Amino acid sequence: MMPGRRRRSHSRRGRDAPVAGAIRPGKVPLHWRDYLFEENPWSRWQARFRSAYEIASAMRHNPLTVAGLAIVALLLLIALLAPLLAAQPPNLQDLAARLRPPGAGAWFGTDELGRDVYSRVLYGTRISLGIVMLVVLIVGPIGLLIGCTAGYIGGWVDAVLMRVTDIFLACPRLILAFALVAALGPGAGDAVLAIALTAWPAYARVARAETLALRGTDFVAAARLQGAGPLRIILRQIMPLCLSSVVVRLSLDMAGIIMVAAGLGFLGFGAQPPSPEWGAMISSGRRFILDQWWVAFFPGLAICIASLGFNLLGDGLRDVLDPKQR
Amino acid sequence: MTETPLLELVDLRVRYPGRHRTVEAVRGLDLTVGREKLGIVGESGSGKSSVGRAILRLLPPTAVVTAGSMRFQGSDVLAASEAEMRSIRGRRITMVTQDPKFALNPVMSIGAQIAEAYLAHRHVSPEEARQRTLEMLQTVRFRDPERVFASYPHELSGGMGQRAMIAMMVIAGPDLLIADEPTSALDAAIQMQILAILDDLVGQRGMGLVFISHDIDLVAAFCDRIAVMYGGRIVETCAAGALHEARHPYTRGLLAAIPRLERAVEQLPVLARDESWLAP
Amino acid sequence: MSDPLALTVIGVENLRVGFGGGAQSFPAVQGVSFSIVEGEIFGLVGESGSGKSTILRVISGLNRDWSGRLTIRGQEIGKRRAKRFYKTVQMVFQDPYGSLHPRKTVDAILYEGLAVQSMDDRQRRIERVLYDVGLQDGFRFRYPHQLSGGQRQRVAIARALILEPRILLLDEPTSALDVSVQAEILNLLRELRVRRRLTCILVSHNLAVVAHMCERIAVMNRGRIVEELDSASLRAGVAQDPYTQQLMRAARGYDRAIADSFVDFD
Repeated sequence: MMPGRRRRSHSRRGRDAPVAGAIRPGKVPLHWRDYLFEENPWSRWQARFRSAYEIASAMRHNPLTVAGLAIVALLLLIALLAPLLAAQPPNLQDLAARLRPPGAGAWFGTDELGRDVYSRVLYGTRISLGIVMLVVLIVGPIGLLIGCTAGYIGGWVDAVLMRVTDIFLACPRLILAFALVAALGPGAGDAVLAIALTAWPAYARVARAETLALRGTDFVAAARLQGAGPLRIILRQIMPLCLSSVVVRLSLDMAGIIMVAAGLGFLGFGAQPPSPEWGAMISSGRRFILDQWWVAFFPGLAICIASLGFNLLGDGLRDVLDPKQR
Repeated sequence: MTETPLLELVDLRVRYPGRHRTVEAVRGLDLTVGREKLGIVGESGSGKSSVGRAILRLLPPTAVVTAGSMRFQGSDVLAASEAEMRSIRGRRITMVTQDPKFALNPVMSIGAQIAEAYLAHRHVSPEEARQRTLEMLQTVRFRDPERVFASYPHELSGGMGQRAMIAMMVIAGPDLLIADEPTSALDAAIQMQILAILDDLVGQRGMGLVFISHDIDLVAAFCDRIAVMYGGRIVETCAAGALHEARHPYTRGLLAAIPRLERAVEQLPVLARDESWLAP
Repeated sequence: MSDPLALTVIGVENLRVGFGGGAQSFPAVQGVSFSIVEGEIFGLVGESGSGKSTILRVISGLNRDWSGRLTIRGQEIGKRRAKRFYKTVQMVFQDPYGSLHPRKTVDAILYEGLAVQSMDDRQRRIERVLYDVGLQDGFRFRYPHQLSGGQRQRVAIARALILEPRILLLDEPTSALDVSVQAEILNLLRELRVRRRLTCILVSHNLAVVAHMCERIAVMNRGRIVEELDSASLRAGVAQDPYTQQLMRAARGYDRAIADSFVDFD
């Protein structure tokens, strides 16, 4: 606009918290970076891209986080492209080629039914990531909704919801899984259900604690003064702010979820043979662990790498997203 | 002033390097403080708080502090080791802040904290420290020092907590007290009370006081001398009584922008900032 | 001033508010009455804990734990407020750093109220209200952390005004701001009040600010109005009540002799 007016707005900014970014004269973005850091964004999307970019660039500065992100991205890619990457179908048996050591024909060797361990480990990524995703999709929204509702509404709603939370928290995960297996018959679905049922209370507590701090803030009072009802305030004002701590907590827990899923598989309560679940593979390989180590070793390595990746990513996300860590 | 100054700062600079850009909080500040009440006035972001904290080396570790020289009673503070700084902090220079919550330990009685502050700097018996603490509590005008001695921080009101913090900071007999917005969170009447205490301490003990505040009226009424900060520099220094003769357009604009009981105006004059004020 | 023919817009009668509840309930407001006519700006002045902000929270509906009689534009108002009520009454808070949602752009903050109240023509309304509060140049898609304190307070004012209220409650709107910014915001509020014919209550601890903004001023101490006077008397220093007189002395600045004269008023 008018040059005079523009200058005034700059000097007004000058004495306050600095706004990172370049001031450029023209209107047309010269480079995507200029677009992102334009002093006066002119669309909703530009503002959103910018805050996403700021989070990404903050994460980029921690090499461990980048490593974690790379591992998780790689796992996702493997899960997606498993049929292309695998040497053969995961359940294809070749009894003539039982328990072959790793070599040219089978990179990770073969198991007691002559199945290619490499292909099975690749396909196993699908199961583990699938369980993780399902658990996260169930647990995140439920925990957030229950925690935010309890924290915001308070009173008897809070008391009831929190006691329910306590009951679920008191259920031992493995015992509950046993019970579910007994009731529903074994399968990967039981593992998901058992983990989800015992995992959500932790998120409800995190969300509730955050909500209690947010409930009394002026911006929530302002939303009430605009006529917004409790549900709208919970969904639009409070949840976006609780989301980051829940996401951080989830990403740190993903490693644990992978371990529990594998543990259930190992005990025979999770995914059932012949499905190439890592825990189940270790379980069947443990019989010949001394002589044919590769049958159990490679699925174990996969579990290690996957949980390491999620842990590193979770730590990095916490540093970037969690306001208390700043 | 004829005597040697307590504190001499030459070309003090405080920077906060950031990933995207470096923030310069203090940009070349010269300041001399004697045994007087010096007020540093500025708005938020002027760098006034960074000055006080830079002197005591209480800035966050990311801050980069440089100076041409920084001398306290003739000795170089800039080159002092962290151990030397610890003996200077509390013993010779201390600081009172806006919120006593940060200075007072919530699980320790007021008396024990103040006595400990005394014992940390003087080799005396616990009994003598206790006596000195009770005297000090009386000096900051607690009517019942024994009771306050045994009470805990959460049992005190804002003004009482502030007085307890002053007692704790002053008990070791420092030569210079830096007060960073010590009364900003308090009601006017309590504010007056705290100022009277600070006034007496400075007068009776011959301390120097650096009084950092955003309230130019308050500083003008309370201090002997005023330094006005803008954009990390002192733009003007004058005697407190001569503030109405201030020359710098920033100082004048600041004074004009304050609504006053004794004068009714339709519109308050708005401070028009000028880029040239930032130039050295 | 108190023109008997003018319409009483806000009427408060014998308002009592207790905090806590039960036996150790601490009375925050103990029987306060006042009435405000159309277009007036009424000042409530007092120290912290005097109950002045509590009164605003009762009128706005944020505090439901009160007794007494409250009328807004002739209608008696209960403890629960309908959604429509907020199109009449809006409030600006003290702390511009806490009153804006930290993860929403200015645009989203302003849009929210329009969506809740199902108001049409939203783009134009947002543009217009931003222009009215002096944030015309590209502030619309910034986040609060990219704004200064004064700019944030302008956004908070815009958020209140976008619903086109008739009554604006101002809770220490400038006490968290620098004096130079305070001058800008006070000027803006005066101008908007006239232009939009708003009826306002201004709560402040600063006598000079209240005298500058308000025609009529009530001085509060410990939950009671101790004195009601007009700004001319306040300026002239003809307060009757000893508490008001002490406030006025404190407002005149530090004086060693005066500092010793302060007493607690119970």
